[in-house]
Amino acid sequence: MEQNNQLAQWEVFVQEKSGKPYEHAGSIHASDKKMALQNARDIYTRRNEGRSLWVVPTDFIAATDRDDEAEFFDPAEDKTYRTPNFYKMPKGSTNI
Amino acid sequence: MKTKEAIYAYCLRIADNNMVLAQRLAEWCSRGPILEEDLALTNISLDLLGQAENFYGYAAAIKGNGVQADDLAFLRTEREYYNNLLVEQPNGDFAFTMMKQLLYAAFAKLLYEGLSTSNDASFQSLATKGLKEIKYHLRHSADWIVRFGNGTEESASRAQFALNELWPYTDDLFEMNAVDAELIGAGISLNLMDMQAHWKQLITEIVADANLHIPETVNSIKGGCNGIHSEHLGHLLCEMQYLQRVHPGASW
Repeated sequence: MEQNNQLAQWEVFVQEKSGKPYEHAGSIHASDKKMALQNARDIYTRRNEGRSLWVVPTDFIAATDRDDEAEFFDPAEDKTYRTPNFYKMPKGSTNI
Repeated sequence: MKTKEAIYAYCLRIADNNMVLAQRLAEWCSRGPILEEDLALTNISLDLLGQAENFYGYAAAIKGNGVQADDLAFLRTEREYYNNLLVEQPNGDFAFTMMKQLLYAAFAKLLYEGLSTSNDASFQSLATKGLKEIKYHLRHSADWIVRFGNGTEESASRAQFALNELWPYTDDLFEMNAVDAELIGAGISLNLMDMQAHWKQLITEIVADANLHIPETVNSIKGGCNGIHSEHLGHLLCEMQYLQRVHPGASW
């Protein structure tokens, strides 16, 4: 296999406007924080997508395992009482 | 020389610098050292292309007679191009390209800062608009040069080699002719000789951060603002203007 010379991987989070949550935009390669911010800027925010950026080394993110999907997420499926399905929607509101 | 004529020539000088450098950077497309850098280089190329278009547009408006920005970009010959010799130099390796970017971006930043208070409203607005982009180009290239200088022995020696090779072309950035004399008098452009000291200080600081050194004695190579170029510009224009010359008036 060819040697990976693409530097370390970082995850990029973009904030669209101040006050809004930072949303995951994708990942980039960089050798340190400063380069990661610049590369993130070049790739994810050049068309006015954001006002602020976070970058996090991918290794620092703890993620759930695909194999654990069932026990992590499925139990919610048959508990419809956990979701507000049975309320009458007040007039004019789209979600509560 | 009339002021209008001088503004036209000055527009071409700025536009040509942006156009030629944009073309050089476009040569990096799909050849960048990493994907992110490939995108950064081509994005910078697009910034410069946009700036070239703006200045060609202004020049075309001054010229009148139905002349378009495209005519100015694609139908003038080598001797009618007024870009600096620095920007037409071949890319070399990545360090060489970055050094060229740094030397030019520092120059363009100071030039645009000066023009942003020009007596000519169009120069003022075009320079203010371009300044934001150029500041980023300067940051990007300065960052790389500092990394190269403090990186491995090889990266430092490649950066130093680039600086040595490109330095003789830097005096050309500050060459002036009758165009400048006319525009400085009218408060439209700035005295490049005054700017040179600021530029050198800016470059000296960045180069010092990179532990590189500015070459001491050099033979200056000049001629850009008078249409005298190195052997590289003709080849570059050949490639750049090919389509427009083979299919005159092609548009899309």
